[in-house]
Amino acid sequence: MSMDIAIPQPVERENYLNKKYGVWSWLLTTDHKRIALLYLLSITFFFFIGGFFALLIRLELLTPAGDLVQADTYNKLFTMHGMVMVFFFLIPSIPAVLGNFLVPMMIGAKDLAFPRVNLLSWYLYVIGGVLMLHCMLTGGVDTGWTFYAPYSTNFTNTKIVEAGLAIFIAGFSSILTGLNFVVTIHRMRAPGMTWSRLPLFIWAHYATSIIQLLGTPVVAVTIVLVAAERALHLGIFDPKLGGDPLLFQHLFWFYSHPAVYIMILPSMGVVTEIIACFSRKRIFGYSFIAFSSIAIAVFGFLVWAHHMFVAGMSVYAALVFSLLSYAVAVPSAIKVFNWTATLYKGSIHYDAPMLYAFGFLGLFTIGGLTGLFLSALGINVHVTDTYFVVAHFHYIMVGGAVMGYLGGMHFWWPKISGRLYPEGWARLAALIVFIGFNLTFFPQFLLGYMGMPRRYYDYSHMPEFQVLNVLSTAGATVLGVGYLLPMVYFLWSMRYGKPAPDNPWNAAGLEWMTASPPTTFNFEEEPVVTWEAYNYEELDSPDKDAPRSQEVPVAR
Amino acid sequence: MPDSTAVLPQEEQRPELLHHFSDAEQQRDASSLGMWLFLATEVMFFGGLFCAYLVYRRWYFADFGAASKSIDATLGATNTAVLICSSLTVVLAVWAAQTARRTLLLLMLAITMLLGCAFLGIKAVEYKDKFEEHHVPGASFSFEHVPIPGHPDQYANPRHAQIFFSLYFVMTGLHALHMIIGLGIFSWLLSMAWKGRFTPEYHTPVEIGGLYWHFVDIVWIYLFPLLYLIDRHP
Amino acid sequence: MYFGIWAALLIFTFVTYKAAFIELGRFNAAVALGIATLKATLVALFFMHVWHAGEKLTKVVVISALFFLLLLLGLTMTDYATRLWS
Repeated sequence: MSMDIAIPQPVERENYLNKKYGVWSWLLTTDHKRIALLYLLSITFFFFIGGFFALLIRLELLTPAGDLVQADTYNKLFTMHGMVMVFFFLIPSIPAVLGNFLVPMMIGAKDLAFPRVNLLSWYLYVIGGVLMLHCMLTGGVDTGWTFYAPYSTNFTNTKIVEAGLAIFIAGFSSILTGLNFVVTIHRMRAPGMTWSRLPLFIWAHYATSIIQLLGTPVVAVTIVLVAAERALHLGIFDPKLGGDPLLFQHLFWFYSHPAVYIMILPSMGVVTEIIACFSRKRIFGYSFIAFSSIAIAVFGFLVWAHHMFVAGMSVYAALVFSLLSYAVAVPSAIKVFNWTATLYKGSIHYDAPMLYAFGFLGLFTIGGLTGLFLSALGINVHVTDTYFVVAHFHYIMVGGAVMGYLGGMHFWWPKISGRLYPEGWARLAALIVFIGFNLTFFPQFLLGYMGMPRRYYDYSHMPEFQVLNVLSTAGATVLGVGYLLPMVYFLWSMRYGKPAPDNPWNAAGLEWMTASPPTTFNFEEEPVVTWEAYNYEELDSPDKDAPRSQEVPVAR
Repeated sequence: MPDSTAVLPQEEQRPELLHHFSDAEQQRDASSLGMWLFLATEVMFFGGLFCAYLVYRRWYFADFGAASKSIDATLGATNTAVLICSSLTVVLAVWAAQTARRTLLLLMLAITMLLGCAFLGIKAVEYKDKFEEHHVPGASFSFEHVPIPGHPDQYANPRHAQIFFSLYFVMTGLHALHMIIGLGIFSWLLSMAWKGRFTPEYHTPVEIGGLYWHFVDIVWIYLFPLLYLIDRHP
Repeated sequence: MYFGIWAALLIFTFVTYKAAFIELGRFNAAVALGIATLKATLVALFFMHVWHAGEKLTKVVVISALFFLLLLLGLTMTDYATRLWS
């Protein structure tokens, strides 16, 4: 099989997209690649819903007075923005789309370990999503995405139980995806695919899956308790009945902190793949990145109370959690150093995926460093519940996770769709996203540090903050354009894009040894792996006609 | 292009082998690992409740003692024994499947289900008692003038006792729900066994169904002392 | 062998039940939890076949689940146990 850019035959080969037509062949599929596309449609839908709420929030904040919406409505806006973005976009995004599509192919398997459970995961996600939509359309929730007790259990009149049920169901979708990945990675690797030959994308998803498995059940049972408390006035979180609101926060954040690592780890996996490919180098410090992924997953469970420093918890416990929060930054920093070292003396190509990876590197670093600011108890008292926190987590979630997601979508788009996206437009979109993002969120660091509280719809007692808010809203508009562009040209490419060769980037990895798009069972014969990961030296060697160690029978 | 869904000769003899696995052993190992991981998630699911229990037991030990004393420890101990016996029948069922003893398998599966129903029956009696004594949290909850064990002159705080009962009902209720799901799983196993679908080579569903049942037993092994035996001295 | 474990479990249940009525002060809880842990361990090791598990991975999964449960309980208690200090 030649690594040159070959012109595929004009007659369309059978692949996973055209193997069977009809709605039911999609809705009852067990092919991990089709399920990935089902997820792609669903999460994109929710991304735009969450984005719509963000737009309304930013429009309200253009002026100091609360003049666009009422206070209660604003509370619902930021709550729904958070719930939709966290539970229905960020948590599934990379694992459910890119993970589902690529994990079996990267390890040389025909499918995930439990394909029917995979389909069930998608249906659970959809059911949760429909429930959440219904909840939003019939009044929504106004507690903030963190639905703290006792407001959520005793005082609010909004639809907590319905939203909670939606999240509960979507949570099971997440748990089952994680379960599928762990079993697949343990049991279905092709012969020769040892742990140290796995792409770091797989290590990242393995670590993510551990978090999904062990953390999500705790928030699930917390939701059960909140629902029970609302219905029966049990008193578990109600101070008047002897309960402790902080217990809710402990149980909630035990999941929700590791959840943020569910959102960022897959993105780190994507970035690792992209940086290796577009520097034409083996990743520097493979084992460091692999083990730091696991370390992030484990340490991530040790730090949750840093969300509660000013809530009334014991200051001695706060000291412990503050120290642990500093420790959790170390594995992430190790990754940043290793990515940088990979770039050094690499042959850098500035294709769109790489632009997103560069964006990730800078923005995730800023977001991560500001996390350290927040871990310091003294600073935390000053900036908790201000826009500093909002900016911190958006730098990581949007500047980090979403950039990684977009980079990954561009990188693997030829494999997924069999088409090339227009590179010029893609680079432009990446630039627009980067500029729009920074214009939106950097002013928020300043606003927070100067004291603007979050979740306020009216800041007319602090009119001096308007300038930065206007900048932020302007940035949000630019960012929105940047997000719409890929939607448009990805769709365009499905019809008018140039047909993609099997390996347009000449990248390493078993997934690039399948056809673009792949057949339903990925590999005609089970591949036998005899080479190390990221063997870019071999791929780029001038001796292209020498017998390659990578002869893998490809389904044609 | 060759049809990759063609059935190979050996697959016809083992229709349970799913096509994406390379052999039966891989499928069995995958199923087993999958169930163990699921049980790990269940540990964390119940774990949240145990955490809430731990916090409030420390805070309100005396009131919890009084509330705990008002539930019937003999029924609780009986239920514990029932579940232990059912665990035995489960493990014997797995052995029967491994050694192709169809009748024993059917018998053990059926007895397990009977014991499960007995457990739920005893639970129902307990719940009924609690309902009659107005110990169910909610509008009609009442726990007045109940002395604290060892301090007959002090009365338990009804609000704190309500927290105990809230945890009691949520934890045992969730446990009972898992029992009911377990009964569903075992009725499916029973029907599969009746149709003769299990052989010494293929009885994975019995094994992993058994794992689930043992887990539900283990949860009860902890619930019994924590809920029923907090403070029983006179 | 299964019958032996079964008998042991029933005996431990009886012991736990009886011990609850004996005044041991703080050790009541320790005894009850200790016996419960012993019973749970017997069920896991022998009824769930963890002792004879073909793969280390099963034991790793069990230990991890316990580890994270203890983390949840333990780190939460660092807050509750120290709130009233100073």
